[in-house]
Amino acid sequence: MNVTSFNLMSYADIDLGVKDKFRSAWVLLPNSYFDPVKGHALYNRYLDELELADELGFDGVAVNEHHQTAYGLMPSPVVTASALARRTKRCRIAILGNAFCLRENPLTLAEEHAMIDVITGGRLISGFVRGVGTEYFSLGANPVHSLERHKEAAELVVRAWTETGPFSFEGKHFHIEYVNLWPRPFQQPHPPIWCPSQGSLETIEWAAHPDRKFVYLQNYSPRESVGRYLDMYRDVALRKYGYEAASDRIGWGAPVYVGETDEKAIEEARPHIEMLFNVLLPKASELMFFPPGYMSPESLAHILKHKKANSGGVTIESLMARGIIVVGSPDTVRKQIMDNHRDMGFQELVTMLTFGAMPAEMSQRNIRLFAREVMPALQPLTDREYRGFEPALA
Amino acid sequence: MTFVAQTLAVNGAKVAFNRGGAGEPLLFLHGADGLTEWPEILDDLAQTFDVIVPDLPGFGLSEAPAFVDDISDVAYLLMDMLEQMNLSGVRIVGHSLGGWAALEMAVRSCERIRSMALIAPAGIHVKGSPKADIYMIDPDEQARLAYADAELGAAAAARALVSKHQNQAILNRIASARLGWNPRLYNPRLERWLHRVNKPTMIVWGDTDRIIPPVYADAFSGFMPSAKVVKIASAGHLPHVEKRAEVCALLRNFLQD
Repeated sequence: MNVTSFNLMSYADIDLGVKDKFRSAWVLLPNSYFDPVKGHALYNRYLDELELADELGFDGVAVNEHHQTAYGLMPSPVVTASALARRTKRCRIAILGNAFCLRENPLTLAEEHAMIDVITGGRLISGFVRGVGTEYFSLGANPVHSLERHKEAAELVVRAWTETGPFSFEGKHFHIEYVNLWPRPFQQPHPPIWCPSQGSLETIEWAAHPDRKFVYLQNYSPRESVGRYLDMYRDVALRKYGYEAASDRIGWGAPVYVGETDEKAIEEARPHIEMLFNVLLPKASELMFFPPGYMSPESLAHILKHKKANSGGVTIESLMARGIIVVGSPDTVRKQIMDNHRDMGFQELVTMLTFGAMPAEMSQRNIRLFAREVMPALQPLTDREYRGFEPALA
Repeated sequence: MTFVAQTLAVNGAKVAFNRGGAGEPLLFLHGADGLTEWPEILDDLAQTFDVIVPDLPGFGLSEAPAFVDDISDVAYLLMDMLEQMNLSGVRIVGHSLGGWAALEMAVRSCERIRSMALIAPAGIHVKGSPKADIYMIDPDEQARLAYADAELGAAAAARALVSKHQNQAILNRIASARLGWNPRLYNPRLERWLHRVNKPTMIVWGDTDRIIPPVYADAFSGFMPSAKVVKIASAGHLPHVEKRAEVCALLRNFLQD
């Protein structure tokens, strides 16, 4: 199993009352609350933590994209990935992901990803995402076209990375006269492509298509949903496309905190995980999460039935009980992840070891403890420890 | 008044509409919420007009055809529809998004239009006077804001809370966002062609409209100097619902000329 350390890079110096005052830490929170001096310290500290992960033997480090929010300070993960490109030496650098479809011309990102891949000698993982609902408010893109643009942008980018140019691309949303990327990516035929998601049949059917076989990463979800969606990938591959999906095509992402004992871990992590879920994550309205057309009416109806929009008030106990986060002593954390692997067989694990307003010293302790006490037991895991996929009865 | 539900294929796309009453033709174009709540003023108007009430593309029972990407496509589709139904001398009453669609038709051709009454039409932007962001606030909040009267607003919010997760409401929001997301419910190039509207036009606005502020009525007046502008006291974004009798008399009077 590959273990990756993901850093969300939240603006941790946030006044806890702002969520109530401005209804959300997204889009509506005035940027006067961002102090560039504090931001300077935070960026450098977060980058240090990712570099530390490389030194400690993580297989990868990961960054992502969010706009106009204190939740995560990376409107351009290309910038953080570039900073890591020269400072890390062996680990993969995963951009999880970039919203190519939100750009007027997705080739600008394709060029930047190719540059990072060439500079690092092929250590880039390229995540293709649509962005969460709020990004459509921040960047103006019409959510009604989101799925279409996402698929078309991916087709354009993969062709740009793999086909000899110049050629022209005529899509519905993108019309590009000259496609001829300099540089081409280092990895052949192109960097691995991942699809981080919070659970979507549409994404799975698209990612699992035999022409793509993109890695599907289920994030921030209850254990039961993780199992269901990861099985769905294998099921779609088998029944819709007639092939057996390899376990390295699926991954699970979750916040993880390791303490000396279960009790200590819970008490230490509590304020930070609750800040993440109750202050940084909530949106001002359901529509901010799910703007019109962002997902099909069927998926939206399904989500609204099963998942109340998060408006705060969650506790660490409920997050742990649902398996959305993993918190405890090294033994507890190791066992829980190994149990999940035994049941689900994912070969990619993306851990979020810094969250909320964790002080630097606490993050480092978490990263080091996880790397020393938990990770060595995970990295050797293969399909031998996976109980195997049982297709659901038709 | 009885309305009959019908459909018509326009350029291969199914357009659903209700038709009722007798007299000369009147086309009513609904706002961004579609016709989930039927405006009873249409029953009043059907006493003197042949009232035709389509679901705009993607709304209600009308198909969202692949050839409708923006308001321009909607305008051409409606013009084709009038042509296909062989209607001329048409009065158009358009509310909000529907008022915008009416204007987009009229700047292209007024040939089949006799007059227009536009109720709080979208379509333009007044710098410094944002519309309410109906794509960000939840539908119940939007319903509350749409009325000047707090009690009517609260009742509408309660209804929206029930209907907002229903399939039809979801589809209507998608149809609305397809046309109005970016820029928000306007076409930057519309105002420069508004001088082409050469048929009698009335602009009706609730004086306490919190969805599209009444200052927009004055802006329209600037672009269309011959248009008659009427503000309705103590009415929000739905003056034809909130002040039905008053607006009905106004429309009859204007449209009967």
